[in-house]
Amino acid sequence: MNARFALRHQATFESKRADFPILSQKHHDDIPLIYLDNGASSQKPNCVIDAMTSYYHEHHANVHRGIHKLSDSATTLYEGARDKVRRFINAASRREVIFTRGTTEGINLVANTWGRTNLGPGDVVVLSLMEHHANIVPWQILAQQCGFTVEYLSLTPDGTLDMNRYEQLLTRGNVRLVAVMHVSNVLGTVNPIQHMASLAHAHGALMMVDAAQSVPHQPVDVQALDCDFLVFSSHKMAGPTGIGVLYGKRDLLEAMPPWIGGGDMIATVTLAGSTWNDLPYKFEAGTPSIAEAVGLGAAVDYLTQLGMGVIHDYVHDLTTYLYEGLRSISHLSIIGPAERSSLVSFIVDGIHAHDVAQYLDQRGIAVRAGHHCAMPLHTHYDVAATTRASCYFYNTLDEISALLSALEQLPAYLGPKRI
Amino acid sequence: MDDMYREIILDYAQNKRNWGLLNPNDFDHEELNPLCGDQVRLTLRYDASGIIREVGWEGKGCAISQAATSMLSERLIGMPYDEATCIDKQQILDMIGIPLTINRVKCALLPLKVLVVGSLGKRRWEAVEDGE
Repeated sequence: MNARFALRHQATFESKRADFPILSQKHHDDIPLIYLDNGASSQKPNCVIDAMTSYYHEHHANVHRGIHKLSDSATTLYEGARDKVRRFINAASRREVIFTRGTTEGINLVANTWGRTNLGPGDVVVLSLMEHHANIVPWQILAQQCGFTVEYLSLTPDGTLDMNRYEQLLTRGNVRLVAVMHVSNVLGTVNPIQHMASLAHAHGALMMVDAAQSVPHQPVDVQALDCDFLVFSSHKMAGPTGIGVLYGKRDLLEAMPPWIGGGDMIATVTLAGSTWNDLPYKFEAGTPSIAEAVGLGAAVDYLTQLGMGVIHDYVHDLTTYLYEGLRSISHLSIIGPAERSSLVSFIVDGIHAHDVAQYLDQRGIAVRAGHHCAMPLHTHYDVAATTRASCYFYNTLDEISALLSALEQLPAYLGPKRI
Repeated sequence: MDDMYREIILDYAQNKRNWGLLNPNDFDHEELNPLCGDQVRLTLRYDASGIIREVGWEGKGCAISQAATSMLSERLIGMPYDEATCIDKQQILDMIGIPLTINRVKCALLPLKVLVVGSLGKRRWEAVEDGE
């Protein structure tokens, strides 16, 4: 299948593999690592690792308040990273880019500030059946406290959002917020965010986007999407763990009360009370994850140089090869649509996802098995666990071929009797 | 690791010892590992002096969880109930006999969880899980 399949930009990305030191590892008797768990987290190029190390070697001090040289250079690097992110997602202002600990924290921030102020009995928040727990649980917790209702947008049989049902929900007139994922980390579905935002706005609702699985893989322009909030994580886009971004429209962020209180997010503090710092600092209390921001900035530079459109095309072609290959294996079934982003989740007949993953691990192939933080989605498909292979731009055709070949041989390995 | 996994674990998982729930019984408890859908329900009958005479179980899930239950069920027969409920984590890992990654340890411990939570409660189970 290799010879007949051509990937766009194949030569570009072949040369990029060497930037990722972890990919040259060998496990279990000298078997090379085939890392296909990028949906869970991506690997980091040397330039990101070096940027963080050199920050600690040469530039570290606390940011924002120091007058001395080191504090100045640390602040410049930290705020420089913010500017890089602003350009990367085309936010109108750097004041709309809040550094968080990740996607999960970003959603909790919006729920506990915008949500707590604006949602009450009679209001509806629309999520979907395909959401990650990060975009379900904070709303469930808040709904218990504030008394609003959560509605879960249903799916069509091929694993896309039911847009008829979406319009039905909106026309009831009580939806205040629509919060959905841009790309499903299980199904690979790419949701029509721009269209959904436009419809939400037409019915007086705000639009929040969980972009954890889209920002690493395709150009994302928050102004073009016209979303009100958007969240993503650094570690899925070749950046370090422990940092992510919340984007919000300026007026909304201005009106939101702070969430975590402390230093840096204040303007003045007296015994009688405090006043808040300007954006973005109102939402960045305490000493930030400075090295992590520097690492994220380096990742943004690296991806920008490659081009997000180019990355998208290469990974799309690789995923098509993966998808078609999996489809041709008779003893496994795929969930999600044909037109998809970088991952495929599948079920092997009669073989538990954990056992599939262990078998693949013994062959050097790293995939993920379980519910991928999407239990309602798995309940919808009536399956406890799936196995997921997720690609990034450093994966190759040969690696996918190795996965397909291993999966073809799996039933023979286990013998005829099932567990 | 490859051959051992195939032969011992798969045998115990595919040919389940002591399959089928006991009714009536002296112990009946079920646990689920929601992370992956592994599930085990264990029933026991013991005699007047507290020795386990019969074990019956049902469950579904991955090879490790089902094999562990299958193996444990054999070992419980003839064991005093009070001794059975004090089986520790290491004994289960020794029973499985192959190295397990942290995530799979949870699978292997599922039958022990059923036994300990069902007899001594969740707090006791957490101590066992932590290796205390």
